[in-house]
Amino acid sequence: MTTLDTTTPAQTPAKRSSLIWISRYGTLVAFLALIAFNMAVTPNFLSWQTLNVNLTQVATIVIVAVGMTLVIATGGIDLSVGSLMAISGALAPMIFLGTIYPIPSPALAVTLAFIVPVVVAGALGWFNGFLITRWSIQPIVATLVLFIAGRGIAQVMTNGNLQVFRNDAFQFIALGRVFGIPTQVIIMAVVVALAAFVIRRTGFGRQIIAVGGNEKAARLSGIPAVRVKRLVYVVSGALAGIAGLVVVARNSASDANLVGLGMELDAIAAVAVGGTLLTGGRAYVLGTLLGACVIQLVRYTLLANGVPDAAALVVKAGLIVAAVFIQQRAERG
Amino acid sequence: MTTYLSFLGPLAPRSTIALARLGVIAALIALIVFGALRYDNFLSSYNALSFLRYNSMFALIALGMALVIMTGGIDLSVGGTAAMASVVAAIFSPYHWAAGLAGGLAAGLVVGIINGVVITRLKIQPFIATLAAMLAAYGTGLLLAGNQSVSVSYDSGFTEIGQGDFLGFPIPAWIALAFYIAGWIALERHPVGRRVLAIGDGEATAKLMGLKVEKTLMGVYITSGLCAGMAGVILAAQFGAGQPTEGVGWELFAIASVVVGGTLLTGGVGSIGATLAGALLLAMVFNILNFENGLGWISLSAYWQSVIRGLFLLAVVILQAKIAGARANG
Repeated sequence: MTTLDTTTPAQTPAKRSSLIWISRYGTLVAFLALIAFNMAVTPNFLSWQTLNVNLTQVATIVIVAVGMTLVIATGGIDLSVGSLMAISGALAPMIFLGTIYPIPSPALAVTLAFIVPVVVAGALGWFNGFLITRWSIQPIVATLVLFIAGRGIAQVMTNGNLQVFRNDAFQFIALGRVFGIPTQVIIMAVVVALAAFVIRRTGFGRQIIAVGGNEKAARLSGIPAVRVKRLVYVVSGALAGIAGLVVVARNSASDANLVGLGMELDAIAAVAVGGTLLTGGRAYVLGTLLGACVIQLVRYTLLANGVPDAAALVVKAGLIVAAVFIQQRAERG
Repeated sequence: MTTYLSFLGPLAPRSTIALARLGVIAALIALIVFGALRYDNFLSSYNALSFLRYNSMFALIALGMALVIMTGGIDLSVGGTAAMASVVAAIFSPYHWAAGLAGGLAAGLVVGIINGVVITRLKIQPFIATLAAMLAAYGTGLLLAGNQSVSVSYDSGFTEIGQGDFLGFPIPAWIALAFYIAGWIALERHPVGRRVLAIGDGEATAKLMGLKVEKTLMGVYITSGLCAGMAGVILAAQFGAGQPTEGVGWELFAIASVVVGGTLLTGGVGSIGATLAGALLLAMVFNILNFENGLGWISLSAYWQSVIRGLFLLAVVILQAKIAGARANG
């Protein structure tokens, strides 16, 4: 590749090291700059409410994007996450409302409403991984199957109807607070911390990176590549399931047509801005968190200062391209 | 063994794809025969023509997507582009029908050029580049439309593009047909087709062979943008409004059509005719479902169509993988 790349002039060492610095800390710098800008310009920016609004907006994206980071680290991609959110979000109310089977004990019903949808979403994630490893189907095509069929399954389950509910125990996952912090934000923080720990400190984390870096070499050195890949899709599916629960609990309603719509691309954007290249072999979980926060904060900044939401989309597009461009330049050297 | 296979090497995958192409065309014919035998009005001109009128948009998008995928790329921006183009077309439609048409096509052209430049000059992966373009296109469409749908003019004849007939055949279907013929000529009867496939086979090799890789890629993304723009014009003309929030998920359905049509996502192989068959096959699932419900034996809601389409895609993908696996091992 380098030999062919005659169009890019050789960079001086100083320029290269500054590029590496930008690619490593650019997202963080952008994040801090946005906060500084808002402190100066946006009224009432430094308040609990602003923080909570932004964090709850970003929580579900981050939960899904962490799973996506692991998948992308293995060189894959998961387009089915939005549809899996819809399935999990449709399933949970059906369980505690007793639509499927009336459960006498409310406590048991809510417990099942937490566990079953996540297990189902994880199992569908396993199915993605199975398609990819068993028949060597490209991840983008394999997960496209559930992207299309998954939302259909959720719609068929609910017959396309809106499920409205009020269940404080279940909705604690989104509306509740622990020490004043919204539960969904705590879930997000736990997911991020766990994933960062797995990637940095465990054998499984190193196996993920190895499989994404060079699958053949990983396999030859005795890494169970098939198992690693399947597990990563299970994790992505289960996390999408959790995000689906949070979304319906937040809305007090579940609409299979809307839950998680477009989430796959939001999550991929967060991963890309966070510094994980789509080619695999790398996973920056904290970067993904930061990426999602930057995207959200840009949107918030523009909205708070009277720029329409539609224009924020255009800015977001520019942000994604700029972030990936800088990272790739630093990478290539 | 290896030497024997390397002799057959270039042949083996091509014939596999030829088989898959025949398969999808056979499946389409089987589905049509099934429908014709089972339902009274399935082959009625009303059903056939409204089927073609509505699905010409998706066929157009799938055509552009197929060309992009043959180069080993992907274009996620088509849905957003179609939405934006429908808004631009609606805005220009009061002046003249041709102004609406040109406006929509120009919108597609601009997105195509941006995609091409970002991918070939900035060297950003097509997936990310076109994902960003999708967001930008939706944003621009919403800004132009002021967050609501823009009704088209009914006085300038613009709506004929979506609702009119020519020689007893819907105009949007004629347009799609013309695009497909042009695409077929470009791919099968013109050197540019070989360039497209060579890039999909291996961009580095194509570059070493002295092919104009960047120019070809630009052309392919511009073509996809124009196809999406045309689909947007038809959308506006058919439903009487530019719709800035329409087109969500079109890109992934177009990819599914292309895959069902036997084009590999790795690039390097593909067929225009089979892409059309793939798009029509996925669309016909919905049509058959409607008729089946009409018989009254079963009552499957429209939501089943996504499930059945997904299963269709699954079957095709597994079949392709099995054929490819058998070839590789045999």
